[in-house]
Amino acid sequence: MTKEEIIRPENLVYKKPMLMNDNPMHYCPGCSHGVVHKLIAEVIEEMGMENKTVGVSPVGCAVFAYNYLDIDWEEAAHGRAPALATAIKRLWPNRLVFTYQGDGDLACIGTAETIHALNRGENITIIFINNAIYGMTGGQMAPTTLLGMKTATCPYGRDAAIHGYPLKMTEIAATLEGTAYVTRQSVHSVPAIRKAKKAIRKAFENSMNGKGSNLVEIVSTCNSGWKMTPATANKWMEENMFPFYQLGDLKDKE
Amino acid sequence: MAKIKGAVVVDTERCKGCNLCVVACPLNVLALTTKEVNKRGYTFAQMVLEDTCIGCASCATVCPDGCISVYKVKQQ
Repeated sequence: MTKEEIIRPENLVYKKPMLMNDNPMHYCPGCSHGVVHKLIAEVIEEMGMENKTVGVSPVGCAVFAYNYLDIDWEEAAHGRAPALATAIKRLWPNRLVFTYQGDGDLACIGTAETIHALNRGENITIIFINNAIYGMTGGQMAPTTLLGMKTATCPYGRDAAIHGYPLKMTEIAATLEGTAYVTRQSVHSVPAIRKAKKAIRKAFENSMNGKGSNLVEIVSTCNSGWKMTPATANKWMEENMFPFYQLGDLKDKE
Repeated sequence: MAKIKGAVVVDTERCKGCNLCVVACPLNVLALTTKEVNKRGYTFAQMVLEDTCIGCASCATVCPDGCISVYKVKQQ
């Protein structure tokens, strides 16, 4: 059987989700953002919410997310995505509202908004991309940077005596009463991607069923910021990020 | 016994040559080009062992840019 005989519409098993359009993404080659965008598009399609979803994009690398997924988007001020999502969800309760934020946006400038939105139990989902660095501005130290990790603003490695300790936002969120589902996932391998997709689906369903706020942290790579190739960045993440940011569900209010 | 055969189609203009699909493929079907580049100057992924592919879609799942489509048939 030749390749041409196999490549027929009836034999198709996987293709780019319809919601992801043909605009070439500005992300660096191998960036985890693309995979997460794809998962969100797939989940929205499977739920049949194409026309009823509002995303809130942050300030950071994902600021142009509205160029790549064909759903409604709002652009929030730096760190204020959960506050904007609160307003949208309260005015439009039958819409699926989610925010898509990086660690500089969510864990640094937007800490207060994030904690209060989660604590109020707003029926929104926060997708938190944690790559332990400020990717867009050139690889500076973020609140989530690991101890000993070298960045542009801590070239000798993060030192607890000078810079303090890395912030575990997901653990904080798990202690709040208002959260329904708090989980930490990754997208470095095929099984991890499948699990992350299930987690996003569950979070979206929770927010539509009025169970409370949901936080899905995705431990990601920033291979340009870390100065590695995409494959070595994945390996580095497995060896260094996962022992500190342990994967799994932290809270699941059934 | 039924044999499963797969084929991968890469949107070469969208591909950025990040190499993640090559690493993810369990049967080493894919490889990056060594001499060719696309319009934007990136090397891109292509099938090098066409008969080996089983259409498991691992490459397409890990592709951050969604440039891979996978086809699969069961041969009797």
